[in-house]
Amino acid sequence: MLQLLRAHVRGAGEGHRVIDHINLKIFVEEGNRYNLADAVAVFHQWIRDGVCPEMLIDVADYRHVPAGPGVMLIGHEANYSLDNRENRLGLLYNRKSALDGTFQSKLAQAWRAASEACDRLEKEGLKFNRNTIEFFVNDRLLAPNTEATWQTIKPQLETFFPGFDIERRGEPRDLFRVSITRT
Amino acid sequence: MKSSNPQWKSVLVGHVPPPMATELEVFEHEIALKKQGKIEDRVFAETRLRRGAYGQRYDNGQRSDGKTTRTLNYPSQQTKGPSTLWDAPGMQRIKIPYGGLNAPQLEMLADLCEEYSDGIAHITTRQDVQLHFIHIEDTPALMWRLASVGITTREACGNSVRNVTACPIAGVCREQTFDVTPYAKAITYFLLGHPDAQSFGRKFKIAFSGCRENACGLVRLHDFGAIAVTREIDGQTKRGFELWVGGGLGPVPQQARLYDEFLPEEELLPTAQAIARVFARLGEKKNRNTARLKFLVSKLGIEEFKKLVKAEREILPFDPRWTDYLKDVPEYKEEPLKPPTLLQIGAIKPEGFDRWYNTNVYRQRQQGYATVTIALPLGDITATQLRHLADVSRKYVKETVRSTVEQNLVLRWVSESDLPALYTELKQADLATPVAGTIVDVSSCPGTDTCKLGIASSRGLAGELRMRLAAKDAELDEAIGGLRIKVSGCFNSCGQHHVADLGFYGVSRNKNGYTVPHFQVLLGGEWSNNAGSYGLAIGAVPSKRIPETVDRITGRYRSERLDGETFQAFIKRIGKAECKKMLDEFTAVPPHDQDASFYSDWGDPREFTLGDIGVGECAGEVVYPIDFELVACEREAFEAQLQLEAGNVEKAARMAYEAMLHGAQALLKFKFRLAPEDPSKIVDEFRTNFYDTEIFFDPFVRGKFAQDFFRAHEEAGQLRTPEKAHQLIEEAQLFIEACYSCYARMSAAPAKVTA
Repeated sequence: MLQLLRAHVRGAGEGHRVIDHINLKIFVEEGNRYNLADAVAVFHQWIRDGVCPEMLIDVADYRHVPAGPGVMLIGHEANYSLDNRENRLGLLYNRKSALDGTFQSKLAQAWRAASEACDRLEKEGLKFNRNTIEFFVNDRLLAPNTEATWQTIKPQLETFFPGFDIERRGEPRDLFRVSITRT
Repeated sequence: MKSSNPQWKSVLVGHVPPPMATELEVFEHEIALKKQGKIEDRVFAETRLRRGAYGQRYDNGQRSDGKTTRTLNYPSQQTKGPSTLWDAPGMQRIKIPYGGLNAPQLEMLADLCEEYSDGIAHITTRQDVQLHFIHIEDTPALMWRLASVGITTREACGNSVRNVTACPIAGVCREQTFDVTPYAKAITYFLLGHPDAQSFGRKFKIAFSGCRENACGLVRLHDFGAIAVTREIDGQTKRGFELWVGGGLGPVPQQARLYDEFLPEEELLPTAQAIARVFARLGEKKNRNTARLKFLVSKLGIEEFKKLVKAEREILPFDPRWTDYLKDVPEYKEEPLKPPTLLQIGAIKPEGFDRWYNTNVYRQRQQGYATVTIALPLGDITATQLRHLADVSRKYVKETVRSTVEQNLVLRWVSESDLPALYTELKQADLATPVAGTIVDVSSCPGTDTCKLGIASSRGLAGELRMRLAAKDAELDEAIGGLRIKVSGCFNSCGQHHVADLGFYGVSRNKNGYTVPHFQVLLGGEWSNNAGSYGLAIGAVPSKRIPETVDRITGRYRSERLDGETFQAFIKRIGKAECKKMLDEFTAVPPHDQDASFYSDWGDPREFTLGDIGVGECAGEVVYPIDFELVACEREAFEAQLQLEAGNVEKAARMAYEAMLHGAQALLKFKFRLAPEDPSKIVDEFRTNFYDTEIFFDPFVRGKFAQDFFRAHEEAGQLRTPEKAHQLIEEAQLFIEACYSCYARMSAAPAKVTA
């Protein structure tokens, strides 16, 4: 499995399809109060107005689940959510469909999509801290949460997020997960 | 869809039992054939349904945004069923027989809901797990992963035997006659894929209960419900079942009828098989609204039904599986991880423990052990919580976890002195909410959140009621606290609203020129006595006024009930007219310009519409076995091509010939219900009945395709060149096409089946 992973990540520099399903979560500023119920209406409005590049389908409301996925905007190519896992609210961009291009270009796409979503949500009263981010790969086969994955992906993240502290998180059962913070 | 999909099979193939691996390969090939346009929608829909891959709301590509209905522009216009777009997300139902789960299975469900779904696993009212927003092309990888931990999704939907349910406390229950678990397990795997259970007109539901009085098994709302009983025979205690048949909810709820007061245990499986055969033969096929077993039992009457089943039982060919499992039943038991201990009265208890202990802990029949209920909000659990629960189940019990029909999970065999520590660990993951079995623990079907048939937002209402009732939990007295609320999004009753004290199902009413979401109110259903009686429909109330309605009804019960009077008795005493009067003041809907909130549903700000309702797949597609058999032939021909491409010429030729043989056999079965297995006999009978009679003849090439088949049979086993094998594969494909055409002509003919 690790060989498979290395082969995939090696391909990154060569422009081959490598790690897909990149997720980025940008956390809400500490102390920023927001009623998640409002997000339901906001996401429905996004569908109506077609504000995202992805095809948007529906809203899933998980406010009743403690420390859960919050309110989700389900799309075909990606989901957006005001995610409340670990009781830390943030905008999560979950890329579902594969993209052509390098690791850097895929990361850039996810970052752009997440940032633009945050920009839109800031008009609704939310305030995001773009210096506190989490990176995931939502595919345990392509990127298990192991040292080997860490060693191959870390340089890529350092290139994309210069000046940030980058730290691998979670246990082996978790998705490959990295916290990215500017101190 | 996932980039890793094609790789999971190679990673897991050695970890999946060969029969399951074969089934999954078949499904993968069916998906490939469907993408090539070689399987018709109706047949593929039933194929995926029988793998648990269900449709979901908006999969017809239309969605109302509250003002207008818009087209969802999915990348592909290909379909995966009638009016069901390929790329539209769907629901994956995962069967959990009798609710039994272990730690690796919990961890796998966590991984799958995170990677393929929306991070939530949903426990259903039939002890299944459902994942939503799944792409059809992700389902094979998901199924490989489930199979690697011993879970199949086979026959989770469609016109098949659905998940077999049983009391979640079977084996540890203080009132049970005996543990029904081994019987539930035996019937699950006996009927899974059984040829006699493949041609129903609708689904078939089975439940087991260890006793008559308690609710857990809900036997009397099932097609086949078995209650554990014993009888003294020749001085020996014999095990058996009180068997109930023909129950069901849905738009026309019906209590099951007593089939047998004492069905000996050795007769359980053959009787189920005989009932399946009678249902398959005589059950309605064309009109799905009257195709459940309950309609057949009603039509025939229970005595005539029994007579037919007993006659069928007499002619069943003996199957050793009927009784083989019984030798292991006496030894069947779950093992605890720790020795029994008692909870010390003076023990230091964490804050909130006593309240939780009162609602969520059940003292087992085995002294020193308890079963703990984890009450899940609306049946939802996150991936993180599932992993936490897996850890807890390894630490405190021997991974003895079960799901419940009240959409919760239970941990069995907790040594009592561990309860405070277990409570603390569950609380860390928000899994220790002290509401199990109370009015706060509202159950609900998915409703308009994801179901194509949903009329109103059952989960929205259930969530609202749960929140409001939890807020005043401390004020609720015991009689009210113990009531049950169940909500369905429509009359199809997936939320089991008929057997709740307060049941609700979604309807709509036209008011002031708008369509307004409402819920029909049912009062006084009986959860106990295995769903002993169904509630009375009182009237419809606007969705947004249901919380006030609940307050009024419960308030009146609190203030007017007689000593010891149950809610059912209270409702019966005050009568339907009085109940109706209680609701009347809540039925008014203010004009839209005064309060627009009435015109949208709970948790959904869009203006309410019925325009999003699709065509349900719950009933499955009515598909005859020949439909599947011909698809299987196509798959064989397809696999022959793959073998040829891989250079396996002989194997390719053999598979192509077998595809033709199976096509001929399928037609014989369709015409006569039975067909020989011997290849020469198949050819002979096919020649007599289809070639000599010219039934099989194509209007243009006449008997050519049959002649190709006869020649393939004569040359079977001979060495072939790759070119000859290629030609044979092409002939096989044309022969299968001819089988389809012949089947279509026979279906159109007035008398197509000879009994």
